[in-house]
Amino acid sequence: MLNATARPEKATKSPTPVPDLRHKKPGKRRGAWADGHARTIVSPLELKSRWGRRIYWVLLTAVVVVFTLVFVFPLYWMVTGAMKTGEEIARMPPSLFPESPDLSVFADAWELFDIGTLLKNTLFYAGGAWLFALAVDVSAAYALSKLRPMFGNVILAGMLATLMIPPIVVMIPAYITVTDVPVFGWHLLNSPWAIWFPVAANGFNVFLLKRFFDSIPNELLEAAEIDGVPPWRVLVSIILPISRPILGVVSIFTVVAVFKDFVWPLLVLPDSEKMTISVGLSQTAGAVTQNQIMAGLVIASVPMIIVFFLFQRSIMAGLTAGSLKG
Amino acid sequence: METLTLEPLEQRLAPRRGRPPSKRRRATRRNLTSYGFLCAALFCFAMFAWWPIIKEVLLSFQQTNLVDKPSWVGLENFRTVMDDPAFGQAWRNTLVFTLLALVCGYVVPFAVAIVLNELRHARAYLRFVVYLPVMLPPIVSVLLFRWFYDPGPGLFNQALDSVGLPGLSWLDSTSTALISLVIVSTWMNLGSGVLIYLAALQNIPGDLYEAAELDGAGILKRIRHVTIPQTRLILMLMLMLQLVATMQVFIEPYMLTGGGPENATVTVVYLMYQYAFVYGGNYGAGSALGLMLMIVLLAVAAVQLRLTREEK
Repeated sequence: MLNATARPEKATKSPTPVPDLRHKKPGKRRGAWADGHARTIVSPLELKSRWGRRIYWVLLTAVVVVFTLVFVFPLYWMVTGAMKTGEEIARMPPSLFPESPDLSVFADAWELFDIGTLLKNTLFYAGGAWLFALAVDVSAAYALSKLRPMFGNVILAGMLATLMIPPIVVMIPAYITVTDVPVFGWHLLNSPWAIWFPVAANGFNVFLLKRFFDSIPNELLEAAEIDGVPPWRVLVSIILPISRPILGVVSIFTVVAVFKDFVWPLLVLPDSEKMTISVGLSQTAGAVTQNQIMAGLVIASVPMIIVFFLFQRSIMAGLTAGSLKG
Repeated sequence: METLTLEPLEQRLAPRRGRPPSKRRRATRRNLTSYGFLCAALFCFAMFAWWPIIKEVLLSFQQTNLVDKPSWVGLENFRTVMDDPAFGQAWRNTLVFTLLALVCGYVVPFAVAIVLNELRHARAYLRFVVYLPVMLPPIVSVLLFRWFYDPGPGLFNQALDSVGLPGLSWLDSTSTALISLVIVSTWMNLGSGVLIYLAALQNIPGDLYEAAELDGAGILKRIRHVTIPQTRLILMLMLMLQLVATMQVFIEPYMLTGGGPENATVTVVYLMYQYAFVYGGNYGAGSALGLMLMIVLLAVAAVQLRLTREEK
């Protein structure tokens, strides 16, 4: 009996008795409380009962407190830890607030870790990876989706197959490839191309872009084709403007991935002048004091937190797109 | 008459506009432009995705020092790796790590997502906060937790102390080191799972719950008979993705324990790294280990494909 209700056919039989109100404003009704929310496990009626309300508020408070403790407090501890003196940070019952917040430690950390160079390198790698990967993957996806060459499906399958083998598993042969690229004989150690080439070889990006391009109606392009517009102009002036959302998702994930990556830059950028910020921090962390490490970590976190603030929407959208792969 | 007047016109136009290319020539042209657009991607994939996979297979049967020509050594590398006392330990650790991380990284986010989906307030805040650690570079989380795990002034032992419990030695003890790594790894990855499940939960049509409620199902029954069946596909997919992701643990042992104490936290990937880049460049043995891991991962991927296909 219960199973019958769980079948999706039932939903299609009685079309939308509960309209999706999630995206509407709370409106004139009694606030966002129960009406401005889609029906979930607990019914609005149950929630409005006296006990329902009590349990709800207790649960809400508990969740907010626990989440803040688990996810925000460590970051608070990191920031305040940076501002404590060496003596205070080692004190046995630790102090909750730094006694005399000392901001000069950030300047010290900047010097000690050489964060200026590290950050500049990382931004350069991330920016270059973004431009290069976008150019390579967009044109590949365009060719596979709209120009449909011979063996296109074979190529796409080959690209998708690489998703089953995470890059870290092949790090040794990939490293050897970078030291001596077959056929071309390039030596890419300490070169930004050691980051950029592998980043562009991302089957998931090609897949996401191709799927989006597939949804663009061909009639839109045929008119241009008849007028003799060359394919690259079709791509630049028709397809790219429509594809802004997916380009945003791919861009952010590429930049964040380069910024966060650790093993690969550790292997291919060993020169301390060329290191990324993650690797640089890991190499120097043994030689400085605890509060200086924390200051370094705070500085390293700032760019990513800014990116998160600015692009929260695209990141969340990308996560859902990511969950639908396979 | 008419045709006579028209033909010269067409001929006059022909040299300027070119004859409409035959079907075959058009196809060739299209293929050429296509491959023009594809060539950069083909280069990147060939060199940095496909070739390393083939090379891994080759390397695992070779001995090389990157200077001389590699020599074929048969199964020698596999023998070296399997004779290593850390070999069994590394697989066991990877397995335990994966299982623990599955409980923490799979069950917990789903439960958290269910609770979050019920809440009507503070949703944006909670979503933001839970994803915050995912955005941080892993090195930040790892070094932060290294400090928390400090047996002396570290946050965790101080917290235990303040409620009157004895402190633990966390990373320094064979019994707690691995679980300590799982905690860091869960902390920094939980958010993406939660948000993915949350999106899946929001796609469940509300009238299913309504119907279940009319049938007299309590909250737990509604979860069991509506929520879980409705999110089954994504749950299975995430199970496999999680498996693959946790099998690649590297930065945690690399930064926190160096595989110790007594190999208690050596993982397969970490051992592979050590062969190639720490023990004086034994690329062959490292690749042999990598090949084994690759086969395991491919088996997992095959199961995943099979399951999702059945579901469809």
